Amino acid sequence: MTKQDKNWKEIAPAGVCSKSSIGFLTGDWKTYTPVRDPEKCTRCLLCVLFCPDGAIHWYPDKGDIEFDYSFCKGCGICANQCPTNAITMKLEQE
Amino acid sequence: MTSQEWKFTTKDIAEKPDLFLSGHRACAGCGPATVFRLIMKATRGPTIVTEATGCMEVVSSIYPYTSWAVPWLHTAFETAASNASGIEAALKIMKKKGRISQEHVDVIAFAGDGGTYDIGIQALSGAVERGHDFLFVLYDNEAYMNTGIQRSGGTPHGAATTTSPAGKVIPGKLEYKKPIADIMVAHEMPYVATASPYYWKDLITKVRKGLEVEGPAFLHVFAPCPRGWRSNPAKSIEYAKLAVETCVFPVWESVNGQCQLSTPSKLVALAPQKKKPVADYLQGQGRFRHMFKPQGKKLLEDVQRITDERWERLLKKCGETPKTA
Repeated sequence: MTKQDKNWKEIAPAGVCSKSSIGFLTGDWKTYTPVRDPEKCTRCLLCVLFCPDGAIHWYPDKGDIEFDYSFCKGCGICANQCPTNAITMKLEQE
Repeated sequence: MTSQEWKFTTKDIAEKPDLFLSGHRACAGCGPATVFRLIMKATRGPTIVTEATGCMEVVSSIYPYTSWAVPWLHTAFETAASNASGIEAALKIMKKKGRISQEHVDVIAFAGDGGTYDIGIQALSGAVERGHDFLFVLYDNEAYMNTGIQRSGGTPHGAATTTSPAGKVIPGKLEYKKPIADIMVAHEMPYVATASPYYWKDLITKVRKGLEVEGPAFLHVFAPCPRGWRSNPAKSIEYAKLAVETCVFPVWESVNGQCQLSTPSKLVALAPQKKKPVADYLQGQGRFRHMFKPQGKKLLEDVQRITDERWERLLKKCGETPKTA
């Protein structure tokens, strides 16, 4: 038996989804981890746009991007699309 | 601000908050997920989304989590368009009665190729004929990926799926891809466009145009699926680019019946030597693997022939003169 948070009287009617998927981390799916070389990176932001999981964030105040490894599924689209090859996919180590 | 005045840079789009949130359970390298993120970044204000059953409906709403930061309604496979017309009609009457304060609410209906080509076409046709003001987005991953890669009306000729397996009896799907965007143009609707996520600027502009027109708009977006196409997840966006460059999926728009090539395809039309052979696009995709064996040569030529024929027909429709390389 799994632990139940709420009983049937308390859940939303008709099974309406009530939680944001931000709370569901998909980062542990990955085999390969994208690693960025900040020297080579030109901040073209293509990876931010093409990431299917929205796992690359652009911080305008810092003027830099950051990977959110808690959502990255390691697909490698960012590395493949990077015009300067600044991103490499590394096998995830324990 | 109309789409003509709306100038945006990569930074503007990157800074816009995501309305299709992280944490959805699409496969790694999912093309439709990129498409959805980009489309939701192109919205201009209050938006209601309705979605037919399909891959992206399933992955974005696994109870109790939802990936949508906008009001979102799931509906049956065949009724994305009729649901959207209902929402639009309700908004109209609620505004008339003063029950909502918003000046305008956009309605977007999402459906996959199964929910548009096959199951949803009569609801879509009806909604367009009635002239409801909504944007219908077809994300085309070219088969019923959600239920296990069965062929659909959108599956290209020769592709191997679980219900059209390539082998000794048949060489993949025998039929040709249904020209759905042409069918929608024939409805004499105000806006029809095709787009590819690699050309994200083009895609975002088209979404904005589709939302701006008074009346129905139809957007056909190419969405590579690494699971169903048996391709490398890292190459999803690359295939979206190659499909345009090989003219397998040309990008164009039709405003009030006036057909016009969009820039990425226009460049190919102006410089035919840049048009790549379809083999470039088909190679690497497991579903077309049999075409690169000795017995698949004829099939490959057949695919090239049909692609060229369709491309020339499109050029004629757009008023371009076909040039030979």
